[in-house]
Amino acid sequence: MNSLRYTTAVTAMVLSLTTPLAAQTEVPVNLPTYEEGKYVHQAPTVEDLMADESLHPELREVILKGRDMFLNTQQFRGEYVFNDMTCKSCHMGEGRMNWSGPVWPAVTTLPDFRGKNRHVNSVEERIAGCFAYSMNGQPPAYGSDDMLAMVAYHQWLARSAPVYERNIAGRGFSHLGRERPELDYGRGREVYEQQCAVCHGDDGQGQHKDGQVVFPPLWGDDSYNWGAGMTRIFTAASFIKNNMPLGKPGSLSDDDAWQVANYINSQERPQDPRYTGDVRETREQFYNFHQHTNYGTEVNGQLLGDHDNTGHKPFLKPDNLRPRTFE
Amino acid sequence: MRYSTHLLLAGALSALACSPALAQGDAARGQQWASQGDGSGAPCLACHGANGEGNDAGGFPRLAGLDADYLTKQMLDYRSGARVSPIMQPNVDSFSEAQIRDLAAYYAGLPSRSVTVTGTVSDELLALGETLANNGDWDSYIPPCATCHGPGNRGVGASFPALAGQSPNYLSQQLKAWQSGQRHNDPNQLMAAVATRLSDQQIEAVAAYLGRLNASDDGEIKP
Repeated sequence: MNSLRYTTAVTAMVLSLTTPLAAQTEVPVNLPTYEEGKYVHQAPTVEDLMADESLHPELREVILKGRDMFLNTQQFRGEYVFNDMTCKSCHMGEGRMNWSGPVWPAVTTLPDFRGKNRHVNSVEERIAGCFAYSMNGQPPAYGSDDMLAMVAYHQWLARSAPVYERNIAGRGFSHLGRERPELDYGRGREVYEQQCAVCHGDDGQGQHKDGQVVFPPLWGDDSYNWGAGMTRIFTAASFIKNNMPLGKPGSLSDDDAWQVANYINSQERPQDPRYTGDVRETREQFYNFHQHTNYGTEVNGQLLGDHDNTGHKPFLKPDNLRPRTFE
Repeated sequence: MRYSTHLLLAGALSALACSPALAQGDAARGQQWASQGDGSGAPCLACHGANGEGNDAGGFPRLAGLDADYLTKQMLDYRSGARVSPIMQPNVDSFSEAQIRDLAAYYAGLPSRSVTVTGTVSDELLALGETLANNGDWDSYIPPCATCHGPGNRGVGASFPALAGQSPNYLSQQLKAWQSGQRHNDPNQLMAAVATRLSDQQIEAVAAYLGRLNASDDGEIKP
């Protein structure tokens, strides 16, 4: 027996018995406080859904189908989804949670004009956007059963919310504002390695088990494309600040959230479906969006997004992603 | 003086943890260590069973089929005191790191099988456990177990061990150890964050449910 090791082990045990370890551990949930005057929504739960006898059973089934699509979006891999993302990858807590991109405001605020595509959007178009960009896919057809199920789930989550109320607490991912601090790639990488890599991997490719995605990839062919809202550094920073690491919202400093958002969004990913064939031209054409991304800029000597790679998706732009004119 | 020894050991261990391409253990030798013990304590199989299946009544976890790197880290942590157990510490403290890797390779290579759970629990409790495991309780900021522990809670990589078919007594003891701060060797407090938000009833429910899952199947409750 190694007597030195024995001594050390005993020492360690004595230490752990004498140091005040028994104090109750608590890891805070540090979410922002709701601003005065904002509408605070409490989205219903699936238990509420099952208990609500006022719903026609068939409607309940359709809502449940939409919920299942939302939580298990990978069932549509190769049909609607061409990467490893699911709806709940970004909209945590079943799309119900404030500060986690709650999805119900889509049905109480739309149709409305959206800056991203510069026309009045329906709820269906908004959902299609998530499929086209964040899931690098082909959205369900407008008016299809699948799209109706998705809309039904969204609308049910909005139960009792005021229509056209825009002053909504905990909506979207913009709590940190759009003004970015000075960003440093190396600092972002440090934060990534310390806080993110245990789940998402050193190479950002996430982790899989038994052929299923557990932790989604944050860049590369299996992650969101260059047109996804999450490529905007301010969006990712706010998402990370209020949702990551999982179970510890608000644990990163604002600056760390910005730095790691910049690091993640300085990596390559599938092409923006709006690509014109020239990355700098595309950045310019959609500058109101891309002014917040690193797309079409040089990072570490490499021009990001300068490629024709659409990931696992065998086309660039879904056919239902198109402008409206109402003429 | 003692403290500095502790620090030195911690430093040495983290240096080891960071060194690339650590040699994999030898499962055949690991089997030998499992039956011999470390020379100063009980052999592993005395409590964890002849096939690493665990013993729920004693709260001894199943080791069979768990991730080798996870097992290695836990044994090293017991040895260093980073994970506190008056039982495990004297039983592994005389194993070398190479022997610990052998043991980990041995147990990781055994077929996953659920611990034998004795006693019955109510359907309501199991239903609550199933909801927690698969849907979580987001209003209390409790994500579903499966979000990190993977499909069927069969474990993911070196940091998220299999929970399916694990001893319910062990699981509830560990959740309570996180709550009290006695256990604190999880990466970035990821488990402590969730564990401290669980009620006693939720702990009982989720441990009962997970323990009754098939360790190697698709998450069906055993008949």
